[in-house]
Amino acid sequence: MSTTLTKPLQRFSARHAARLPLMVTATLLVAMFSVGSLQYEGFFSAQVLLNVLIDNGFLLVVAIGTTFVILTGGIDLSVGSMVALSTMLTAWLVEQNGLPLAAAVPVVLLVGAGGGALMGWVIHAFEIQPFIVTLAGMFLARGLCYMISTESISITDPTTTTIAQTRVLLPGGLFVSPAVVIALVVLALAFVVLHHTRFGRTVYALGGNESSARLMGLPVGRTKVMVYAVSGLCSALGGLLLTFYMLSGYALHAVGMELDAIAAAVIGGTLLTGGSGFVLGTALGVTVLGLIQTIISFQGTLSSWWTRIVIGGLLFVFILLQRLFGGSRTEH
Amino acid sequence: MTPLDDTGAGGRPARTRGARRLTEHRLFWPAAVLAVLLLGNLALTHDFFAVRVQNGHLYGSLIDILQFGAPLILVSLGMTLVIATRGIDLSVGSTVAIAGALACEHIATAKDPGSLSTVLTAIALAVGVAAAIGLLNGFLVARLGVQPIVATLVLMVAGRGVAQLITDGQIISVSSSAYKMIGGGYWLTLPFAVLLAAVLVAVTSLVTRRTALGMLVESVGGNPVASRLVGIRAAGLLVMVYVVSAVCAAVAGLMISSNVSSADGNNAGLWIELDAILAVVIGGTALTGGRFSLGGTVLGALVIQTLSTTIYTLGVPPETTLVFKALVVIVVCLAQSPVFRARLSRRRRPAAPDPAPAAGDPAARRQEVHS
Repeated sequence: MSTTLTKPLQRFSARHAARLPLMVTATLLVAMFSVGSLQYEGFFSAQVLLNVLIDNGFLLVVAIGTTFVILTGGIDLSVGSMVALSTMLTAWLVEQNGLPLAAAVPVVLLVGAGGGALMGWVIHAFEIQPFIVTLAGMFLARGLCYMISTESISITDPTTTTIAQTRVLLPGGLFVSPAVVIALVVLALAFVVLHHTRFGRTVYALGGNESSARLMGLPVGRTKVMVYAVSGLCSALGGLLLTFYMLSGYALHAVGMELDAIAAAVIGGTLLTGGSGFVLGTALGVTVLGLIQTIISFQGTLSSWWTRIVIGGLLFVFILLQRLFGGSRTEH
Repeated sequence: MTPLDDTGAGGRPARTRGARRLTEHRLFWPAAVLAVLLLGNLALTHDFFAVRVQNGHLYGSLIDILQFGAPLILVSLGMTLVIATRGIDLSVGSTVAIAGALACEHIATAKDPGSLSTVLTAIALAVGVAAAIGLLNGFLVARLGVQPIVATLVLMVAGRGVAQLITDGQIISVSSSAYKMIGGGYWLTLPFAVLLAAVLVAVTSLVTRRTALGMLVESVGGNPVASRLVGIRAAGLLVMVYVVSAVCAAVAGLMISSNVSSADGNNAGLWIELDAILAVVIGGTALTGGRFSLGGTVLGALVIQTLSTTIYTLGVPPETTLVFKALVVIVVCLAQSPVFRARLSRRRRPAAPDPAPAAGDPAARRQEVHS
């Protein structure tokens, strides 16, 4: 519809188009950190950056799953609820049923992956829009939380609390939580899977053009189901990490996290129409979101709702960027 | 509930033709679901249908459903038009919160909170800002060609922050009898909110069905390419439906905040966008755009409100409503899915030709049309 506006810009850099939002994000990250360091005392330290990761490790894992789905041109609105369900399920299994944590973790991960696969199957088999299917999944997961308990279940299990309090020491007196290590491992795995496996290639092909992918004989259905299963698995794992972070299970945990995850992917340069994006960009996106929170808390006078406004504003800017550079897909 | 599953059978005896025509009417299934829910309630609580007059007002469970359902009806009304253009508006929940916050903030800081002029200014302010929100959404969708779900996501995220900014994170209470009228008042023995919703529904259906507007909206949603080729200017229509949706949401926000005499930037209208989408889908408007049914949407909204009421009467935790809603969404979507219906009818008539490839083909064809 807006061909006149976007044409010259596209011609300018068809090759760099996909990387541009990523570069903008990286620049933004450096700029935000510099401004923060100049503005606030004690901001310029590696630990501040590591704290961003500690506070957002679970979001990183969830956003990685979301990136898979968005790359295929789909969307998963159920991740926030799935995170809440995982915290609830873990707390319920460990605290009220006396299951050891080692037994609860596989159950939770299985529920997440299974739920995701089920949604993917419905989306593929019945050709219903991913949006509405995952919306149903969102309702269902949140409702199941309430069926387990409407109250928050706090966790006192010694294994869980020990893990929650463990600090992984780094050289220079720095430290991270085990959750950060897990998140980074997931990030590395996702990178390898997306860029160096057949499955990853199919994910990109599917998002690029589903009809072409099908005509090329790629396993469209299987990939779709798997992508939603990956998203579900990541949400469940993110939920476990959040359980360690919060040490409780609650149905109102992670309300709106699907938005944060989508925002992180978009800010990280993943095209919402699918087919183009980087999982490392998503990591940058999560860091940007985390830095916004950090800056707002350092500022002190700004209230927490500014976070949402700034994230919304950033989302707006990046969506505009996507339209201006390389987002020509929906036009013809 | 598997509607239309026997449409392909054909050759029925003439006696059932009347019944078939009834079940094929597009309002039949939402109306049937509503009737079943209401009758189920009657079985649980025997005076469920009782409506009594008290202090010149009508009271009763049915009136409650109408009154509490009025905001949802309004939001769903705007959502129907947006969905008919193949769009979606996720920002209505935030718009509800912003409208309530603006109006209550204005009334709370005014010198004379009870006066009619203050309330009218507050309403104008809320509706005006909502129209601006709609314009922004419409601009992103129509001018920049951003996917609707993404374009409205921006305000869904930022809007609630803006609402909290307006209320300063507090819950603003107002004491204004004139403002209370919108959501909690009575007029001609009926709740004013119900009358207001009825008037807006009537106006919208008149404007869309008595003029070509409704048909234009349907054609833009049904087939964007063809409607562009016949010379319909989609951009103006798209902007219009997003503005209508935001204004409807603003009026709903006024109702909700007026009913409780306070504005809560955090929780007002939370998840109402999902309920509204659900209402539209139950009402028989497909998410893929095209033909819409305002009557169906009203029934859909009432189904959801009745469902919530039923859950309360059953005594189960109200939060579990979400599980029922999820099941309703899935059932309705499966019923609307052509593939699901094809599979179902194939199972009934195993001799039918054209097996497996049918599942893949329509999708591929449809995508070629869109791309």
